[in-house]
Amino acid sequence: MDKQIKKKKVSVSTVLMVLLFVVLGALTLLPFYSLFLASFRPGTELMRHGLGLKIDLPSMSLNNYKLLFTGETPYFTWFLNSVKITVVQTVLTLFVSAFVGYGFAMYDFKGKNLIFTCVLFVMMIPVEIIMLPLYKLCISLGLMNTMWGIILPTIAMPMPIFFFRQYLSGIPRDFLDAARIDGCSEYGIFFRIILPLMKPSFASMGIFVGMNSWNSMLWPMLVIRTNDKITLPIGLASLITPYGNNYDVLLAGAVFAVVPIVILFVLFQKYFIAGMTAGGVKG
Amino acid sequence: MKKAPDGIYIEDSGSGRRLKSFAYNARIAPYVFVAPFIIVFLIFYVYPIISGFVMSFQNVVPGQTKFVGWKNYKILTNREFKKAIRNSVVYTIATLATLLPIPMFLAVLLNSKKMVAKGFFRSIFFLPALVSVVVGGFTFRLIFGELPTSLLNSVTAKFGAEPIKWLGGPKQWTTYLALLVLAIWRWLGVNIIYYLSGLQNIPDELYESADIDGATGWQKFTRITMPLLKPTTIYVLTISIYGGLAMFLESYMLFNGNNSPNNSGLTIVGFLYKVGWQQNKYGYASAVGVCLLLVTLIINLIQLKATGFFEKE
Repeated sequence: MDKQIKKKKVSVSTVLMVLLFVVLGALTLLPFYSLFLASFRPGTELMRHGLGLKIDLPSMSLNNYKLLFTGETPYFTWFLNSVKITVVQTVLTLFVSAFVGYGFAMYDFKGKNLIFTCVLFVMMIPVEIIMLPLYKLCISLGLMNTMWGIILPTIAMPMPIFFFRQYLSGIPRDFLDAARIDGCSEYGIFFRIILPLMKPSFASMGIFVGMNSWNSMLWPMLVIRTNDKITLPIGLASLITPYGNNYDVLLAGAVFAVVPIVILFVLFQKYFIAGMTAGGVKG
Repeated sequence: MKKAPDGIYIEDSGSGRRLKSFAYNARIAPYVFVAPFIIVFLIFYVYPIISGFVMSFQNVVPGQTKFVGWKNYKILTNREFKKAIRNSVVYTIATLATLLPIPMFLAVLLNSKKMVAKGFFRSIFFLPALVSVVVGGFTFRLIFGELPTSLLNSVTAKFGAEPIKWLGGPKQWTTYLALLVLAIWRWLGVNIIYYLSGLQNIPDELYESADIDGATGWQKFTRITMPLLKPTTIYVLTISIYGGLAMFLESYMLFNGNNSPNNSGLTIVGFLYKVGWQQNKYGYASAVGVCLLLVTLIINLIQLKATGFFEKE
């Protein structure tokens, strides 16, 4: 009798929790759902009625997607620009941060604490605060309207440096001494022994850096000046006009910008979550 | 420098020897490793901070830049700037008040043994974090649209409410609400994951011995879970303050640009953008930047002190 009551109580709290999460989950998915639905309708209708939740098959068509893929929109130029910048930025940032993180993790040297405080400093100061002088600097360095103007200022990102330092501090230093005795140079140790060991951490940090790069908008918006170099977020934002004549492409394009990332997320969920929580709790 | 088959390096010139002793010098090596950071830090952080400081005392006009003393700092009494600060501070406080306790609570529920389909719900909440501000902001711009048929207005109409102009309407709180809802939508899942990984570090034995002592669920939460989640909370607090004060694109997307009615969506960074890029007043914008830098430093120092960062060192 007693046991029965307890069992029933457990299931009630489970049901309540699941109910709460189903409601919250539905609210979370709602914007995705309504955007997805709207992408099958003409943009003018969106202007007139806003987002809806009802599926009304007769008024739905694939026209927006047809326009996106066959029409004369610069969408895929933006898309490719974004892909290019994201790939280059992610590879370079990972490499540089791993290099620097290794230095912090494996050596004791004069000034280490001071330099590490500088890393902390960069982590605490939003780059937006210094973006005006940074902008003027990039003009005088001739970096305006180039991919390098977007990439170089953040190439030594503090977060990945932290993460790699933490990750590498698990490797015993005796390990390095053994390599030194075998005649390996200091850099040989890093390139031939350590880098291959770091592969799993590159996956999660790569996702962290890559997502930041793929979604970043403010700084690229300041650096880029010609239409042929525009990235996807800037391009999409430029389609939002009060008149709504671009909404057809915008809706399909917005969905098409989200879908690849969601597919990647479903496939590599573990790395996504590790990457997003990387800097957090371990430090 | 050639490599002999037995793995020993052979010098063939003086410079080769120097290169070799450099490559094997364990005292120089750490500086080479951290050099990329130092170079980037000096060029892209230290130099802009100094030049921003100098510009804040100048009237910057191409070809005839001259020093004007403290004049630029008068902009700090500007009404728009005060409004921008108010908006950013309210936004930061509102996100802290929601995006710390709610994810913590939901993470504890998700972590409980009685919960089912944990991974599924965790992934659902995480999805919005994958979407750029552009797509998210655009979608919420439509949800909070002023048309009677807009999503939110059509829902409130079911309860008999009149359609409201949510974004930049006569009441300031409706704009704040839209910004807050967008922030919660985007960051709830990420913070839940931070707290979930924090919860993994709490040993089960603590709860078991608390059970033996007859502790209630609430007591276990306040005496065990919350104190042991402190490192996670500090981290989430730090990134939330940073994100709150640096918020710009969310408002930019909701209002389709940096201009909102009565500046209801103007943020600190938005003000900087407006003065610097839309009005080209570099001197004024630099003065704002210098002040923000000082304020951010002070907030961070207070926060590091309050959370015991310096004691750990």
